[in-house]
Amino acid sequence: MALSSLPIPGKRFVIGVPYTWLFVFFLLPFLILTYISFVDMGSDISPFKPIWDPVSGVLHIKYENYLSIFRTEEGAPWFQTLYVEAYVRSIWYALVTAVLCLLIGYPFSYFIARSAPSVRPALLLMVMLPFWTSFLLRVYAWKGLLAEQGVINRAMMAVGIIDEPIRMLYTDISMLVGMTYVYLPFMVLPLYATLVKMDFRLLEAAYDLGTTPFKAFWLVTVPLSKAGVIAGFMLVFIPCVGEFVIPSLLGGPENLMIGRVVWDEMFTANDWPKATALAVTMIALIIVPLAIYYHYAAEEK
Amino acid sequence: MKQLLEKHFGKFWLALVYGFLYIPLFFMIVFGFNSTRQDAKFTGFSLRWYEALMRDNRIVDGFFVSLKVAAVTGVLSAILATFAAFVLVRYRRFLGRTVFSGMVNAPLVMPEVIIGLSLLLLAVGSQNAFGWPDRGLLTIIAGHTLLGMAYGMVVIQSRLLEMDRSIEEAAMDLGARPHQVFFLITLPNIFQAILAAFLLAFTLSFDDVVIAEFLSGPGVNTLPQVIFGYARRGINPTIYAAATLLILTVTLVIVSYAIWVARATRKREREIQAATRAEMAALSTP
Repeated sequence: MALSSLPIPGKRFVIGVPYTWLFVFFLLPFLILTYISFVDMGSDISPFKPIWDPVSGVLHIKYENYLSIFRTEEGAPWFQTLYVEAYVRSIWYALVTAVLCLLIGYPFSYFIARSAPSVRPALLLMVMLPFWTSFLLRVYAWKGLLAEQGVINRAMMAVGIIDEPIRMLYTDISMLVGMTYVYLPFMVLPLYATLVKMDFRLLEAAYDLGTTPFKAFWLVTVPLSKAGVIAGFMLVFIPCVGEFVIPSLLGGPENLMIGRVVWDEMFTANDWPKATALAVTMIALIIVPLAIYYHYAAEEK
Repeated sequence: MKQLLEKHFGKFWLALVYGFLYIPLFFMIVFGFNSTRQDAKFTGFSLRWYEALMRDNRIVDGFFVSLKVAAVTGVLSAILATFAAFVLVRYRRFLGRTVFSGMVNAPLVMPEVIIGLSLLLLAVGSQNAFGWPDRGLLTIIAGHTLLGMAYGMVVIQSRLLEMDRSIEEAAMDLGARPHQVFFLITLPNIFQAILAAFLLAFTLSFDDVVIAEFLSGPGVNTLPQVIFGYARRGINPTIYAAATLLILTVTLVIVSYAIWVARATRKREREIQAATRAEMAALSTP
């Protein structure tokens, strides 16, 4: 009997339950989000105006919310608005974090993959353990570590590296430390998955043929682990763009990222159309690298 | 020489990164027992922050809210993830399959801020239209389940894909009805993955602050929300005490889960070996 023709009961039920759930809680909210981004801001109690005027029967599709993302004060160029700067900053932090995670995580995953098979599960579990304990608390801990009177400053002063405490908290340093710390496992796991499958005899063959270790690494190991590098990069980059908690706890006022801006527009300014337009733009920005990734992943197959 | 260098550099790098991963946890555990509010100096052992933790009503209430939300989220996510994984692995062709697989996977790459915002808009819209639901437990659970389902689906899907279909066919050849095949053969086979999906969704929910911030109503605050509120204000060793308890719990659960999985795998291997031996013995005796 062909596998596909196995009689499975209630096929409609099995498909229908998750389908309905996803439709109601994923697609529908997303459609509402997009809808509100195209309407006018409301007045009084209603936060937005309907798109269709029942009296005149005219559709009011507003692009204004999107355009206002780029609208500046007199004279300033379009890319110097608060919003555009927040987008650029978010992408920048996400990129730097992904690169840092790659630089730390690549050798790390490599050496785990090359360790004895008997210790590998334990080493991996040790990567996963902090990952399972509260994200929020781990970020919070860095606040105490990086503070002016915190552990790191005190330790560096005691050793004599610095004479005065350095301001680390609420700067780029604390943001990047926090983000790299939290997202490192997302880089390590896919990298490990590709590296552990790699045939290390290929490296020995390369040595036998007279390559230097560096060249062998660059010409053999790196190309073979490309899929893991790209997967890890995406897994770090994408959530970092929308990061909300880390900038709130470790970032200063100059580290404002787009997630926070959306929040402020929604709850402080109460400008729902603007908040949703910012959110839709954020999705568009994430879809671009994602599409490249999927294109690439499909090509690999 | 080359290998020696690689070996030592490898050990050094592993130690360095594990140090990086564990320093914050170690720091919180130590300073949760500090006798003063000092950040960088251990002034003596004390349990005062644990005492403060137990007396802090907002934290205790938040803990029970989170426990409720996470338990329901875990169960709902595990069920929905099982359904979704089953659909994706077993039903190769049906109307709207592409949309379906897109919708299941999308929450994995969607920033939490957007999930929270769009669900908030749905809740407000529904509240205006039907007068229900109020923002609170229900709406947070819906948001967390959306995420938990997506993650759980990945786990269950991979288990379903590697499962040997011939046992199901054998059961069917022996006259089992489709639902019997599912409950007696398929479900026990993927149970480990379903449990993993439950745990994943539970911890996700117990940990999430962004979606909860968007979807919680007045008076309903999850533990991460309470902690987030404190954390923004500054250093508070009470949080370290809470963290220590949480780290302890998670470590216990994960390590016992790992041991359970290892044991179950070994048991299954032994059974397969025993069955093979029995079969060999039966074949060799005429």
